[in-house]
Amino acid sequence: MEILEEKKNKNRRYKPILDGIPDWPVYRLSKNRKEFIEEVAAKSIERIKQLRPNTKQLISDLEATAYREQNRIKRNRWRVDPKDDQKFWSKVKSELVELSSKNTNEIDGIVDDILERIVQRYADEIAGNFKPNSYRVTRELIKFWFQRLLNGARVKKFGAFFRNQYTLRDKIQIVGKVKMLRTLAKQGTVVMVPTHFSNLDSILIGWVIHSCGLPAFIYGAGLNLFNIKIFAYFMNSLGAYKVDRRKKNLPYLETLKMYSSLAIQKGAHSLFFPGGTRSRSGLIEKQLKLGLLSTAIEAQRNLYLESTGGEPVRKIFIVPVTLNYNFVLEAPDLIEDYLHVKGQDKYFPEQDKYGSVQLLRFLFKFFTKGSNISVSIGTGLDVLGNYVDDAGNSLDNQGRVIETKDYFVSNSHITDDKQREDEYTRMLSNRIVTEYHRINRVFASHVAAYVAFEIWQKKFPMLDLFSLLRLPEEDLEIEYTEFRETFKRVRKRIYELKDEGKVRHATHLKGKADAVIKLGVENVGIFHLKRPLLINKKGNIITHDLTVLYYYHNRLVGYDLEQYI
Amino acid sequence: MTLSSISDKPVGVIGAGNFGTVIANILAINRKVLLYARNEQVVASMRASRQHKGYPLHPQVEPTHDMAQLASHCDVIFPIVPSAHFRAMMKQLSPYLHPYHILIHGTKGFDISLPEGQTTESIAKLTRTQVKTMSEVIQEESVVVRVGCLAGPNLAKELAQRQPGATVVASHFNEVIQIGKRMLRNDRFQVYENSDIVGVEIAGVLKNIIAIASGALSGLGYGENAKGLLVSRGAVEMVYLGRALGGDLKAFLGVAGIGDLVTTCNSPMSRNFTVGYRLAKGEKLSEILADMSEIAEGINTVRIAKKCADHYKVRALITDRLYKVLFEGMTVEEALDFLMRYPLNVDIDFI
Repeated sequence: MEILEEKKNKNRRYKPILDGIPDWPVYRLSKNRKEFIEEVAAKSIERIKQLRPNTKQLISDLEATAYREQNRIKRNRWRVDPKDDQKFWSKVKSELVELSSKNTNEIDGIVDDILERIVQRYADEIAGNFKPNSYRVTRELIKFWFQRLLNGARVKKFGAFFRNQYTLRDKIQIVGKVKMLRTLAKQGTVVMVPTHFSNLDSILIGWVIHSCGLPAFIYGAGLNLFNIKIFAYFMNSLGAYKVDRRKKNLPYLETLKMYSSLAIQKGAHSLFFPGGTRSRSGLIEKQLKLGLLSTAIEAQRNLYLESTGGEPVRKIFIVPVTLNYNFVLEAPDLIEDYLHVKGQDKYFPEQDKYGSVQLLRFLFKFFTKGSNISVSIGTGLDVLGNYVDDAGNSLDNQGRVIETKDYFVSNSHITDDKQREDEYTRMLSNRIVTEYHRINRVFASHVAAYVAFEIWQKKFPMLDLFSLLRLPEEDLEIEYTEFRETFKRVRKRIYELKDEGKVRHATHLKGKADAVIKLGVENVGIFHLKRPLLINKKGNIITHDLTVLYYYHNRLVGYDLEQYI
Repeated sequence: MTLSSISDKPVGVIGAGNFGTVIANILAINRKVLLYARNEQVVASMRASRQHKGYPLHPQVEPTHDMAQLASHCDVIFPIVPSAHFRAMMKQLSPYLHPYHILIHGTKGFDISLPEGQTTESIAKLTRTQVKTMSEVIQEESVVVRVGCLAGPNLAKELAQRQPGATVVASHFNEVIQIGKRMLRNDRFQVYENSDIVGVEIAGVLKNIIAIASGALSGLGYGENAKGLLVSRGAVEMVYLGRALGGDLKAFLGVAGIGDLVTTCNSPMSRNFTVGYRLAKGEKLSEILADMSEIAEGINTVRIAKKCADHYKVRALITDRLYKVLFEGMTVEEALDFLMRYPLNVDIDFI
């Protein structure tokens, strides 16, 4: 197994870049929480009125909002929802209904008042509440228990439980541009945009940020996570703000974007998952949600616009991050979702749910068995997607320095042009997707899953995806020698791609083919009840769950590896 | 948006060919124009004679040979040079450009970059990673992102005579479209907007294929029915190809699509038309090329489009037959015969 162990982890401990919590932007923000929420609300209202300049349009949006909110309360209620939701929205509704009997000169005032209450309510709900004490406690708790688990499980001697031989750093590898991330965080504001595969990502990335010596980030976390109490505790203490994907109405979306934009403008390092939701298919995100992404561009433009020319303008840096797993707890559910939507009536899902017991069991297994996670930090980008150097200068393809401000200049003046920035957001999003593919770290298990599924797909060229997935698993078996040859071909291509700078791979991929395949097969979705990939008694490759195998296979889609099968 | 003051800076035109010179004259109606020519003697002669390519230069047009100066004086630049030289020109211009520059090009053609040792003749198939439009070249070679393009039925000669005409300014950026519109529009020149820049660029290139076919029909002595058939089926084929290459349907139905196609298929003076005409008269491609001073862009376009169609598995019958006629010795009659016998007869299946 020696060669397959990761290179002894260079992940040394990083010193915090800011000494005390009081210096942290996120702390300053939460200390002035009330003022900040008021500013968010005021500016959101201003923005909404710009978008809906006449009262009639505004009323119709408010009506739609009230209608959808009441629907949400009826159909899709969550534990985190405020108790007075029902009351609040029926009041809004009845006030809106009464408008028709009011004088035209009264209406404006009433509408403004309703809008203000709604936005205020949303701003309050979205705003995070970073508490330094509970942050410290949480941090230590996570570290302590994870460490105990690791040591207790790995070193099988009495008393090992209390040793510190292994730390989380041995389990979770942070690779890539850590040093750059640290320098950028010192001179500008970092917006970290990771891929999103599992609910555990939120906690994992929190640990990564701390472990790199960075101050806590503010976080766009799905409100659904706050339903689970233990998550809610973690998230709150890590500085999370809440993103409720059920609410798609104009006042909510504008308030959310304003919150993010203003926080970034005030220098709070931020993090959100630009895919919006966990990748259902297991594919690396191809399409990003543009809303929150656009706030980074808007914040940068405002910083330039408001600069009086004295101090240099604080730059905003986008840092793509990929999280690489052998195993995704929710994989079976996610892929079912995906196939269900994609296949409509062609696909018949079976029910199989995961609860919190499974979550804990997973955590235990994770720490006791060998399944590492790696976190790949990408090169920093400016808000237009240009690479930056360590000093934070934006560079063009030829390595010449670019003035980011110039992107917002029209006829020698910095201008606010919504359509232009929409386009910039799209460009930035494409750029982030490209970066994801480049910094994606390939594990042996990814290659094994990819190769096996592709071989099966090739064996049944007449079947579409859904028919293929319905094949009885007993019919599926790949001769080991065939699998081995294909695996080697694909692996060779991955080496080439790496040399071209198009992907990264884990060191363990480079071992002897048989050993790497064994490691890979053993690790594909290692903790699932039905294993997606196994080696049978004859030494051949079989599957117990082709659908989940498909999910893991998807990780390597998009590199044109099909031709090597 | 503040467009009110765009007029105080001069605007740049790069490339003093027929079209470049005429566009410079149109732009000069309202503002100062710097017109760049690669050749120093050409600049000198333009300065001395105040005319070029048979067109008198507008008093506000100032010829120049200094790219750096042009880029530093002008925020808005119109590069109008042949596609074969476009990338080289951009490499030269790039060091002087900043993200605040706006580039609106007027070049119809593809840029091809191939692996070492390969040529468009030798390579079996072409993909979009090898075939680039001019707006993509601008973005690859410089920091400029606010890019637009100018396309449509714009025969330089007619524009110079102030005959009525129209063009499309296409860009992802509304800002660019509005600036282009304000600068170009006059009482004899209508400007339309389109946000699908890649579609507009592709339409402007693909129509050259149909122009050759149009010449061929003419050479065989056929009349207007045949031409109607060709233009409509040609437009459909452009849609198929264009969509495979990343364009949107709408661009092909507009001024830069159908508009340009009809004009090109009806201009017997054009080089593409002539190639088709002479092929139909039984001449070989090599003979035709031997006595043409400039290469007809369409010949290359046929080759590129055919190889793209093969890669993206697009049905492009006219292109395919023309390829066989141009490079594989098929006669024009055989090609026509094949097309007339082709069994699939759905008129429109893409809307």
